[in-house]
Amino acid sequence: MYAQLVETGAKKVPTLAEMTPEEQAFQAKIDAGIKIEAKDWMPEGYRKTLVRQISQHAHSEIVGQLPEGNWITRAPSLKRKSILLAKVQDEGGHGLYLYSAAETLGVSREQMVDDLHAGKARYSSIFNYPTLTWADMGAIGWLVDGAAIINQIPLCRCSFGPYARAMVRICKEESFHQRQGYDIMISLMRGTAAQQAMAQDALNRWWWPSLMMFGPSDAESINSAQSAQWGIKLFSNDELRQKMVDQTVPQAEHLGLRIPDPDLKWNEERGHYDFGAIERDEFYSVLKGNGPCNKERLATRVKAHEDGAWFRDALMAHAEKRAARAGKAA
Amino acid sequence: MTTKNLPLWEVFIRSQHGLAHKHVGSLHAADAEMAMNNARDVYTRRNEGVSIWVVPSASIVASSPDDKEPLFDPANSKVYRHPTFFPMPDEVKHI
Repeated sequence: MYAQLVETGAKKVPTLAEMTPEEQAFQAKIDAGIKIEAKDWMPEGYRKTLVRQISQHAHSEIVGQLPEGNWITRAPSLKRKSILLAKVQDEGGHGLYLYSAAETLGVSREQMVDDLHAGKARYSSIFNYPTLTWADMGAIGWLVDGAAIINQIPLCRCSFGPYARAMVRICKEESFHQRQGYDIMISLMRGTAAQQAMAQDALNRWWWPSLMMFGPSDAESINSAQSAQWGIKLFSNDELRQKMVDQTVPQAEHLGLRIPDPDLKWNEERGHYDFGAIERDEFYSVLKGNGPCNKERLATRVKAHEDGAWFRDALMAHAEKRAARAGKAA
Repeated sequence: MTTKNLPLWEVFIRSQHGLAHKHVGSLHAADAEMAMNNARDVYTRRNEGVSIWVVPSASIVASSPDDKEPLFDPANSKVYRHPTFFPMPDEVKHI
């Protein structure tokens, strides 16, 4: 999940009787599956929560370019380099679709970017892990983009129109990302013993962080219950994580890779895999900024933004000069 | 640091098969040329279109959600605007 632990400000999820007439009408629209559009009346908490959730999602796409960007110049062939470049370019595009969706709620992109750079806004914990080998490009596409798809497909039906529409575009493109990753893993597993070991090592390192993408269990969370009532969270973290495990285990078996979880076992009765619990301490520690790459990722983003400032200034100066000249001529 | 923010533009794409331009999203750009280039990169990476329109968002005049009833409700009572309002005899063809 690209948005983790999104705060809703709710102390308790209100019942219909506790809502104002405006809130009741709003809730009735959501319950009837009618999309909320940017200019429609909405509770302030809904607007703020969506800004948090969509901007966190956008930041994740943008920061998510960094771990893979690390391997563009070192891809093993021109074909793989072209594919990786296209994939990373897509991530930039996804960030832009999402910033646009958030901007319809009255927040500027500059404000969102400033909040990210000031450490006030989050991005997904997954992008704070290092990409040590080429096999990590395979594991990220297969597992990280796989987890993103599981999270994002339900969001295509979420209650806020601009977010849902951005998700439809993104989901169409994500499938390429996951398949190119799995294709890298297939190639490695057809290779030498060293290449197979590299694939296994990547799975070992990315498996748990990928499951952490869904966040801790939220069965008891008021924020999750509030987001569910608002139609911006359609499944619980545990439901999505179970789906991820169930669909990924056979894919790993096909590759001949072993999932690094001693508790992983098919449960005939449930019709699902049983699996071990994520390390909550590690999850919270990475989210708080103490993961292996948090500082480096944020510093890289800030530097890119600051280094590009003179260019954005020049673009505006040029546009204004041309507009002034056109004004004089008229 | 940058003091001025790049203005917002709305992007419309005409897909193949002769359909009308359709709103696909927005982007930031200093001028029309940059808006066009960015629209190409952000919204047409997979042959989504054969033509792009970019329009400064500030130039768009939109109806307000509060005007929904006065604007659109009057059409509800004019069912005779739909051909199905007029029952035709079964034996009459091609009408």
